[in-house]
Amino acid sequence: MSQAEPEQLYAAREPIFPKKVYGNFRNLKWVIMIVTLGIYYVTPWIRWDRGPSLPDQAVLLDMANRRFYFFWIEIWPHEFYFIAGLLVMAGLGLFLFTSALGRVWCGYTCPQTVWTDLFILVERWIEGDRNARLRLHRQKKWDFRKARLRLTKWVTWLLIAMATGGAWVFYFADAPTLLVDLFTLNAHPIAYTTIAILTGTTFLFGGFAREQICIYACPWPRIQAAMMDEDTLTVGYREWRGEPRGKLRKGKLDPEQGDCIDCMACVNVCPMGIDIRNGQQMECITCALCIDACDEVMEKIGKPRGLIDYMAFTDEEGERAGKPPKPIWKHVFRPRTVLYTGLWSLVGVGLLVALFIRTDIDMTVAPVRNPTYVTMSDGSIRNTYEIKLRNMHGEERPFVLSLTGDPALRVEIEGADTQTVVVPADTALPVRTYVVAPSGSVPAESDRVEFRFWVEDATSGERAFKDTVFNGKGN
Amino acid sequence: MAKQPEKKKDDVETTGHSWDGIEEYNNPLPKWWVWVFYATIIWGIGYTIAYPAWPGINQATSGLLNWSTRANVAEEIETFAERNAPKNTALEEVELASFVEETDTELYAYARSSGAAVYQTWCAQCHGSGAAGGVGYPNLQDDDWLWGGTIEDIHTTIRVGVRNPDTDEDYLRVSEMPAFGADELLEEEQVEQVVNYVMSMSGEPKDASLVEAGQEVYLDNCAACHGDDGQGDTFQGAPNLADAIWLYGGDYASIRETVWNSRNGVMPQWQDRLTEAQMRAVATYVHQLGGGE
Repeated sequence: MSQAEPEQLYAAREPIFPKKVYGNFRNLKWVIMIVTLGIYYVTPWIRWDRGPSLPDQAVLLDMANRRFYFFWIEIWPHEFYFIAGLLVMAGLGLFLFTSALGRVWCGYTCPQTVWTDLFILVERWIEGDRNARLRLHRQKKWDFRKARLRLTKWVTWLLIAMATGGAWVFYFADAPTLLVDLFTLNAHPIAYTTIAILTGTTFLFGGFAREQICIYACPWPRIQAAMMDEDTLTVGYREWRGEPRGKLRKGKLDPEQGDCIDCMACVNVCPMGIDIRNGQQMECITCALCIDACDEVMEKIGKPRGLIDYMAFTDEEGERAGKPPKPIWKHVFRPRTVLYTGLWSLVGVGLLVALFIRTDIDMTVAPVRNPTYVTMSDGSIRNTYEIKLRNMHGEERPFVLSLTGDPALRVEIEGADTQTVVVPADTALPVRTYVVAPSGSVPAESDRVEFRFWVEDATSGERAFKDTVFNGKGN
Repeated sequence: MAKQPEKKKDDVETTGHSWDGIEEYNNPLPKWWVWVFYATIIWGIGYTIAYPAWPGINQATSGLLNWSTRANVAEEIETFAERNAPKNTALEEVELASFVEETDTELYAYARSSGAAVYQTWCAQCHGSGAAGGVGYPNLQDDDWLWGGTIEDIHTTIRVGVRNPDTDEDYLRVSEMPAFGADELLEEEQVEQVVNYVMSMSGEPKDASLVEAGQEVYLDNCAACHGDDGQGDTFQGAPNLADAIWLYGGDYASIRETVWNSRNGVMPQWQDRLTEAQMRAVATYVHQLGGGE
């Protein structure tokens, strides 16, 4: 065993100053940033008319009333499987995209990436591009200029962070009302706390932690290695073409030398601070900015684009052996991606079917077991059921309770002479219900008999049922 | 499986540890991670100072914030009592009978749910958590009431109790059935006869030959309170003897014991323990259990 001690067990963060870059992928990323941020900030403000008794916010997670509204869909707590199904679909979707296109989620749409990109944009506007920022960073003395630039940057970041945390709470309450409440200091403390926490995390993660979150905090980079294989398209370096790398001398390329002129453009634009020429590595989020940077240089020196490119490991080997390139669809259509697509569609179709066959009225029946039955003064046997009648319509409806089963059984509702209950709009109404078997009848004397409760919406004729049991004296 | 590009050996920093030629890469932790670790230690120490933590001989340190779950509960109870005060005032003033007619009001819902809480605290010990009662403790779910089943009757019973010696209102809910056998008011033979007659009113007697003689004994001694047909009398708390419900059991031995020694069950008065609103709430709860009139 060697006795040499390591130099450092803990490493300080190396600050990264990504350089500005132009190109197709950069443009794609701008578009995605605008679209995703747009969706995030605008969604709570979309209105959707649901009638007088329901909120008119298109997307609303109403925790207090236990409802989730999504445009024309209203999810009740007992329908949580829709949310679970969507989460399963989101998971399978990530598997699919990762196995086909690598860390495309990380590189383009992950909030950490989008907000970091936005924060870097602000940083560049205020402090200048890479070299200016480097100079400012290396300048030890805090003169007025440095203080002004830093302060402007931090305040702008903080404002963005507050807008981020602020937008989040609008998904949980009526947005216009909450906005007024927030500014008049009438909003619930939880709203302020949530905004404060999200402001803090956005400011810290987007401004200072950045790639540290991806490398050290996020579990996803570690998991997704299991979903990638040699056919997965990721950002790679055509080593066979680039090496041996060498500087451009007097504007001329040495014929012995590869295409890489070691200009460091790919390294300078990388938001993760890595060198893609070392091959695929855990830190790479495949944002493709190095492709843009390298293509620009290749054009300048008159070499074909694509020294750094979206490619699979099999491409690298094939090209080295001089084989024709594999078409992209062959990379994408593999048993693995077909399987993920199949599973994803299966869950999706299941959810759609469930959405279309669900009824707007429903009931739950909980037989009271304490006691199982009550003897009445005329000797008849009575069972109690806690029934919940669910009216998912936007207006109140008269519900009629009945039962099918032994003809001796009859239904009574506590405090009512009829079997009709008016259930208010968008409500689950608890109704204490009795089923009575006359003295000496079969259900009264037996152990237990099965029967079926029916509820009918007297307005629409829609019906629902629940099977349950009646306990007799033999019980 | 993904193929890792070969790393050039001299690129990678190792810790210098080597076991049988296997070397350990140096992948240093970020420094901020270490600082977060130290921060959690400091936080942990601060936490034990601010909150109850360190065990002592009699009790743990109480912490600088004086935090206690017990005090929190007391505070919460106070908060809710304050919040419910207007509802309790309204409950004390409401006409109880209106609860039978209108059950979709907020006040009714409050009375029912707070009544359920009062019931589980004070009444469930005897009447059972499901209000099914037991031998000697009336079932509150059925439609048979000793002292009346309207919501006002139930409220009065709760207020003054049953055969409660301390009540100022001893004209209410007080009656006494004589111990016909023990006090030698009836001969043993007469008791047997009347028990058989009582059994015949709601079912089969043990000895049918004694029924006729028993009727005579019944009309002379029992009908004044229990009625000519055994229908009972809620003004005196005299049970209905002709229905299917028996508080102390409907078999021969139980009824004989009742006639011989009498029963005279008791219930505490609650007016000195519960507030008027609480009594009204629990009366509302009991009334809607399925037997209320």
